[in-house]
Amino acid sequence: MEELYSVFAQEAREQLAAMEEGLLKMEQGDQDPDTLNAIFRAAHTIKGASGVVEIHHIEKFTHILENLLDRLRNGEIAVSSEIITALLKGCDHIGAMLDRVDQGLMDEDPALAAAGEATAELLRSFAGGGKEKMMPEASVATVERAGGEAAISDCWHISIRFGRDVLKNGMEPLAFLRYLLNLGEIVHLTTLCDAMPPAEEMDPECCYLGFEITLRSHATKEQIENVFAFCRDECDLYILPPNSKVQDFIELIERLPEEPMRLGEILVKTGAITQEELEQGLRRQRAAAKIAAATEQAPPPLGEILVEKKMVQPELVEAAAAKQKQVAEKKSAEARLIRVQADKLDHLIDLVGELVIAGASANLLAQKSGQTNLVEATSVLSRLVENIRDSALQLRMVQIGETFNRFNRVVRDVSKELGKDIELVITGAETELDKSVVEKIGDPLMHLVRNAMDHGIEPAEVRLARGKPAKGRVELNAYHDSGSIVIEVVDDGGGLNVEKIQAKAIERGLIQPGLTLTEQEIVNLIFEAGFSTADKVSNLSGRGVGMDVVKRNIQALRGTVEVKTKAGVGSRFIIRLPLTLAIIDGFLTSVGNASYVIPLDAVVECLELKEQDTRGHMLNLRGEVLPFIRLREFFDIEGKRPQRENVVVVSAGGQKAGIVVDQLLGEFQTVIKPLGSLFKHLRGIGGSTILGSGEVALILDVAALTQLASQAEARQSLPAGHAPPALEAR
Amino acid sequence: MTEFATQTTTDGALHLILDGPMTIYNASEIKAQLLNALKSASILELDLSHVGEMDTAGFQLLVLAKQESLREGKTLRIVAHSPAVRDVIDFYNMDAFFGDPMIIPAEH
Repeated sequence: MEELYSVFAQEAREQLAAMEEGLLKMEQGDQDPDTLNAIFRAAHTIKGASGVVEIHHIEKFTHILENLLDRLRNGEIAVSSEIITALLKGCDHIGAMLDRVDQGLMDEDPALAAAGEATAELLRSFAGGGKEKMMPEASVATVERAGGEAAISDCWHISIRFGRDVLKNGMEPLAFLRYLLNLGEIVHLTTLCDAMPPAEEMDPECCYLGFEITLRSHATKEQIENVFAFCRDECDLYILPPNSKVQDFIELIERLPEEPMRLGEILVKTGAITQEELEQGLRRQRAAAKIAAATEQAPPPLGEILVEKKMVQPELVEAAAAKQKQVAEKKSAEARLIRVQADKLDHLIDLVGELVIAGASANLLAQKSGQTNLVEATSVLSRLVENIRDSALQLRMVQIGETFNRFNRVVRDVSKELGKDIELVITGAETELDKSVVEKIGDPLMHLVRNAMDHGIEPAEVRLARGKPAKGRVELNAYHDSGSIVIEVVDDGGGLNVEKIQAKAIERGLIQPGLTLTEQEIVNLIFEAGFSTADKVSNLSGRGVGMDVVKRNIQALRGTVEVKTKAGVGSRFIIRLPLTLAIIDGFLTSVGNASYVIPLDAVVECLELKEQDTRGHMLNLRGEVLPFIRLREFFDIEGKRPQRENVVVVSAGGQKAGIVVDQLLGEFQTVIKPLGSLFKHLRGIGGSTILGSGEVALILDVAALTQLASQAEARQSLPAGHAPPALEAR
Repeated sequence: MTEFATQTTTDGALHLILDGPMTIYNASEIKAQLLNALKSASILELDLSHVGEMDTAGFQLLVLAKQESLREGKTLRIVAHSPAVRDVIDFYNMDAFFGDPMIIPAEH
């Protein structure tokens, strides 16, 4: 039962997201009726689903929302920003109610109900206009809605009346119908012999049969139609897709030659529609006929009806085909997706991790044994393990787009609140990254986006004075870059004020006055705890609990955040995250007795360290100056330097650096084991892993090491009069 | 082609045995035979156990005969089905229409 509720909540949330997306589009001037229809459908689905799981307060509230949408759809009221705001509020309220469902509480929270009533009142006030006048139409609207309900059947319904001459033309209805079995299961088949004339008039070579068939199948309408392709011209064929509207069945009944009630009974018997639906439909049909009779002066001549019928038919067929295609697509999309609980995947990845370690151990033993066969077998095995590892990790990959899309709403709301006109531009929404990372990146991103809007984007008059368009622009970008994913939050605002940051940092005691810092170092101070430069504390940001938390959150994901800024042009926050959290390809090195793993994605090249090429902590790499770090010194490892040392050239965040080690041991699949919290503040180490021999190796945090190396370089070069490196402001 | 043999049973019913196919190729002939048999008796028993082949035309004739019998207040019973006949009636879901007990062999 609980599972049912959680599935409901999850699906309702998807519909809610679709509604929100549509509403935002409409607000931006999208006048496509399809958008409104999609919103309406989403609301309708939520209403229906909440009715099914019997959470009636959601059903009731959604109904109010749906009413307003219906009036918008019928063009009875015009779309306005206020209405969109009210509808979005309604969505929020549904979201809040769903949260409660997620907590396993099915009743209505009184506080929430009160808030909901206010929103409902607001919605009603928009929907209410001109209600008296609309009375007759409103009743038609409810009738239409009732007719819009899908019939319970999830099967295709096929009505076929074979033409008189099919048998004479050598065709066998049995064969066609039996062929249907190739497409699916015939749940029910009714043979209609009503057309059979009395014996003396009956021509034994004519076909008088008709069939009503309920077919459970994943086939498309086209496939079903093709079954009857040879006799298509000689028979009346009507195909209703699964979940067709009751109205469609009623229309079908009207179009078929037999008596409506008889056909109705057959449909009820085959389970296509229920008795109640049938009666309602027929009643409605008669009522409509009465109204039509009352309004129209004279019944149209027969010819006209026939012409009209002919004209109407192709359209109906087209509409049915379109709907059917939609259903089929949805069905097949559903069939392609499986919902799996995340912890099952986690468990799988844990196991794959153990498999990798065990595989490495087997490999090692095989190599030691010197048996060629065994070595070969284990190498095949380890290649397979590698593939399994990649596939398993791929399972957890999700696109970041969903997370990004949430920000459309945030940007809209915040820009309203701030009174700034700001647009959000999203690129790279299809970039994939680990699901657990996606979940945790939302909050830091939210903070950065809000900051960019609050502090970054200037008020419109300042922007105009600076010669920028009045409309501010916030970008969210995502892309892959050498084994990591990069997410950028870019604004075209005023940029960070370096002097102000420095002054504030001195005021807060974060740095000593008179200290010479590079511009980048000053800018990085915003990530220190207790730092805020906003002159005006707004309720969005500026409480000084922001950027340090952002940085901590990102570091917890083994990621980094940096900022590039240019006064008057804007700022760019760059978040780098590892693609996965569990297993990486590593490059194994050793210093003394200790082993170190460098993430292979970061490795550019390896070379021998030659004393004559070095000066201090610089290395001449084919004419390029490369800062390096000697791990032996950095980690204070005892023992003498060997005769020959090696440099692993790594690159991270666009910077290159050398890491000097004793020995290069080659590639190694690395299962990352987190370090205990005791080592949280250790710089230069990202985690640990277990080698095939059972020994522990440390995984180097390449980004941190590169930064250390280049900082050392910047410090050294500063006194010599060099300007700090120019900042890129892309 | 199809052979017809009639005999009268003890309870006055006319017993008609059809031996051969019931298809469109001999539909006219079978129609005539069936209607004739139906005219000459108030109870007609059909033995279709020797019908090796049946198509929709053949099936239609059974339906016709049944309808005629109902209209004239007579009785039509199918007392034996061949697998081919059983197949068609089954597929068309018309067992209830004919209302005859079908003997389903054990291997089914």
